[in-house]
Amino acid sequence: MDEGLRNELSKQGVFTTKLTDLYNWGRKNSVWPLQFGLACCAIEMIAASMARYDLARFGAEVFRPSPRQADLMIVAGTVTKKMAPQVVRLYNQMPEPKYVIAMGACAISGGPFKQGYNVLKGVDRFIPVDIHIPGCPPRPEALIHAFMLLQQKIAAQTFTGAGRPRFLDPAGPSEFPVPEFGAHDLVPPNNPAIWRAPKVQRAES
Amino acid sequence: MATDSPYLLITVFLVAAAGFALAPLAMAFAWARLFSPQKSGPEKNAVYECGLQSRGDAWVRFRSEYYLYGIIFLIFDVETIFLLPFAVAFTGLPVGAFLAMIVFLLLLVEGLVWAWRKGILTWA
Repeated sequence: MDEGLRNELSKQGVFTTKLTDLYNWGRKNSVWPLQFGLACCAIEMIAASMARYDLARFGAEVFRPSPRQADLMIVAGTVTKKMAPQVVRLYNQMPEPKYVIAMGACAISGGPFKQGYNVLKGVDRFIPVDIHIPGCPPRPEALIHAFMLLQQKIAAQTFTGAGRPRFLDPAGPSEFPVPEFGAHDLVPPNNPAIWRAPKVQRAES
Repeated sequence: MATDSPYLLITVFLVAAAGFALAPLAMAFAWARLFSPQKSGPEKNAVYECGLQSRGDAWVRFRSEYYLYGIIFLIFDVETIFLLPFAVAFTGLPVGAFLAMIVFLLLLVEGLVWAWRKGILTWA
């Protein structure tokens, strides 16, 4: 719809919108996070949902204890290799459309435990992450910022075309392979369909 | 306007009530069938929503002992409702009311002793 015509109509008191915008508006203002925390970032997540920071202003106060009722997974904390299969399985059990916020240094890269033998070096090796928040732990404001970014991302989604989200694409995967806790590492160590090892480029000297 | 039958109004109410109950269900069903993005899989359809792998079936048998246990719990749960006013009014109670309450309590305790001796409280 032409923007000028839209402005003209709104001056006359006629509100116009697109079905896509209406649908996305409804979805982005009612995101239900999964109620689970893995480490100290979860304390900040709890603080963000409580009265002082009040995540309820963004429609995300309904923390669901069941993955079948949640559509946002906030990976709040260190993902150990022992815990990674459970995290991926919970993600698989959430209904589409679903989103992931990787909260804190541990969830995005392993953080201070990156060199440890039993810490997953970023949850994006197994599940597709929408928003990464750095910080150790990130403050509640950072989580709220991530949440607003996620809302912008949801608002920009389209129903059709090449850039449509996974849940509208019949070819998109319904579940992501759950790794197994092996003798030395997770088997497989990552999901090559969504993650590739970053290529180290050294400057010529 | 005179109604032909006194049941006409009830029938209208009944139909409206059924409509109120069925319309949201039908709308939810239609929305799920027509619009909701379906991406099912073995884990999404698992018996139990949990990070651990679900095992077995949702249709399991409960032992009948569980219900005896539940009934005993319920009796003493209800008893506390009577115990609180009994305790509050204790000093001002006449002898008859006091005796009636004690008989009531002893009856329940007798039941508990019976269940205890039957071995119901041992969770095997």
